[in-house]
Amino acid sequence: MSRPRPEPAQVVKQRRDAALAALVASVPYIHFLNINFDRRGDELTGQMNFDQKLIGNPFLPALHGGATAAFLEMTAMMALNWMHVWPMIEAGELDPADMTAGKLPRQPKTIDFTVDYLRSGLPRDAYAQATVARSGRRFASVRVEAWQDHKNRPFAQAVGHFLMPQGEDKRDVKPD
Amino acid sequence: MGDKTQIARQFIEAIPHAQELGMVLQSIGDGMAEISMPYDVKLIGDPDTGVIHGGAVSALMDTCCGAAVMCHPDAPGGTATIDLRIEYMRAATPGQTIVTQATCHHISRNVAFVRAVAMDDNRDNVVATATAAFSVEAKF
Repeated sequence: MSRPRPEPAQVVKQRRDAALAALVASVPYIHFLNINFDRRGDELTGQMNFDQKLIGNPFLPALHGGATAAFLEMTAMMALNWMHVWPMIEAGELDPADMTAGKLPRQPKTIDFTVDYLRSGLPRDAYAQATVARSGRRFASVRVEAWQDHKNRPFAQAVGHFLMPQGEDKRDVKPD
Repeated sequence: MGDKTQIARQFIEAIPHAQELGMVLQSIGDGMAEISMPYDVKLIGDPDTGVIHGGAVSALMDTCCGAAVMCHPDAPGGTATIDLRIEYMRAATPGQTIVTQATCHHISRNVAFVRAVAMDDNRDNVVATATAAFSVEAKF
């Protein structure tokens, strides 16, 4: 018995990228903040592209704490959703084409979110990565860190708790 | 004190990110502030329900808490967020304006402590609450 022949690299990549793009495209607030996600395997890095409209203190200038909080929350939620959706995409239970057409799994809901502002956000691009510390049937706890010039000098970090999608359908995919 | 409130009002109304989100300063003074943010489709976080993203509520809460600090009688100047915790009790009803009220309940030489609530049209059932610590700066 030999293992099945692996899929061609571009097939795998296309499927995963299409699924991620569908998730990202479904949220208007992601567009508003001009955030995109860079994927390496299942690892995601959020990028909030700098724009004047993200400024909170025009005198310094510095990013608005609310923009930073939103970016962290978005990255945390996307990481959680992605972790949840990944096995379904890989198992073929979720078709990226359906996702693009709007048939998306339900999102987790934020219960609470605590942001620790470590230094002021500079007027330039910001990056963030989240770690799902625990994801149970009902609740998940996610840590997230954001940096600008140096990854080891984060300007903000946060921890949030989320309510996982609940429903009859075990896979939490909403019906047509 | 009226002068300080005036400066704080001008500062808050000049924040690009707050303007971009459509925030309107309803009242400010004596360590208390109220800011509203009308519903807008660009703020949607959940396309299924049209509920606005928690991050937009965070931005509103952060701005309102900062405004409350700046207009406190004992605040010498500007402020920056040290820590902000938000609890989401329920989804804000799509289509409704969100109103936040923040109170700076204690201020020391270096730190200001703030509590805030966010509500939609149903004022009896709050959407979210926030607890925050802000730095106290000598200048703006």
